[in-house]
Amino acid sequence: MIEFSERLDKLTEVDDVTLARLGHRLEQRATEAGLLDVAFRTIDSPVGPLLLAATPLGLVRVAYQREGHDVVLQALASKISPRILAAPRRLDEAARQVEEYFAGRRTAFDIALDLRLSAGFRRTVLGHLAAISYGHTESYAEVAAATGHPGAVRAVGSACATNPLPVVVPCHRVVRSDGSLGGYLGGLDVKRTLLELEAATPTS
Amino acid sequence: MDKQPFSDLVSRHGPTVYRVCRALIGPIDAEDAWSETFVAALRAYPELPADANTEAWLVRIAQRKAIDLGRARARRPLPTATIPDLSVDGPATEANDELLAAIAALPSKQRQAVAFHHLAGRPYAEVAELIGGTADAARRAASDGIATLRKRFTTDQPKGPS
Repeated sequence: MIEFSERLDKLTEVDDVTLARLGHRLEQRATEAGLLDVAFRTIDSPVGPLLLAATPLGLVRVAYQREGHDVVLQALASKISPRILAAPRRLDEAARQVEEYFAGRRTAFDIALDLRLSAGFRRTVLGHLAAISYGHTESYAEVAAATGHPGAVRAVGSACATNPLPVVVPCHRVVRSDGSLGGYLGGLDVKRTLLELEAATPTS
Repeated sequence: MDKQPFSDLVSRHGPTVYRVCRALIGPIDAEDAWSETFVAALRAYPELPADANTEAWLVRIAQRKAIDLGRARARRPLPTATIPDLSVDGPATEANDELLAAIAALPSKQRQAVAFHHLAGRPYAEVAELIGGTADAARRAASDGIATLRKRFTTDQPKGPS
């Protein structure tokens, strides 16, 4: 015979399987109702857990753990919309491509991007970064020159430091003119890891 | 103050809302009521004041959705509600089903008072706002409900004189 208080306690437990099922249903219902303004999920990678977030327009944010995923989600709530849900399915394709990249099986990303978190010159710089191909690097000065503002070397540095879509928009391919790494929002170890990964892989 | 991401509400209050739905409307319709609650909340969330008590807000929506679903269910043919054999000492789900069946058999105010206070942890003043009446009346309803349930599940004394 089960004690009554024990019965009542059991009734306050909700198992993870049920919660996961409810979460999937909410993702589906919210999507159908057009209420899912920002969807996110996290994936494991050789450089730690990555947060991926997307609007209906495309991938809007990739974040390293050191940025604080909670902090990043709070910023997305403030800047885009508080209608944010964990929605793994919406990010299936982006997650697959990022995983392929880290496995050395993908040299370019083919996903829609939403660049709204970057504006003005910074956005111009991000646009140019996409043109630096896998396994290659450019200096901050070369990027500045390519955008038509050769004096804007520091501004290129800050555009890279505030890149909302690291890995996918390859700011890690921008290094100093003397060949040293410069800075990286994910930490220099991560930048080195990404460049070594790309150097080690045949770029076909 | 910036509004927190809605996903925080789901992870923090999702289990509470599920407990409320399950106690108010039973395990079969609870998941529908839970989804309806969070979709409605997601829709209204941008207009909710940033300092609002989000759990109280969600519980109130859940109450409304459970009532709506209950009405819809009343129009459908219903499987006979039977209170199962109490001698079962089986897995948690069976024990839960027995208790849920007993909660379902309580008068509406007692059922809601038990759900809101004992399963969702809402204070009696708030329970009173949800079910009407005073906080004292809400406390009495919850305590009457618990007493009925306790009696029902504390009948393992020796069987009557033979």
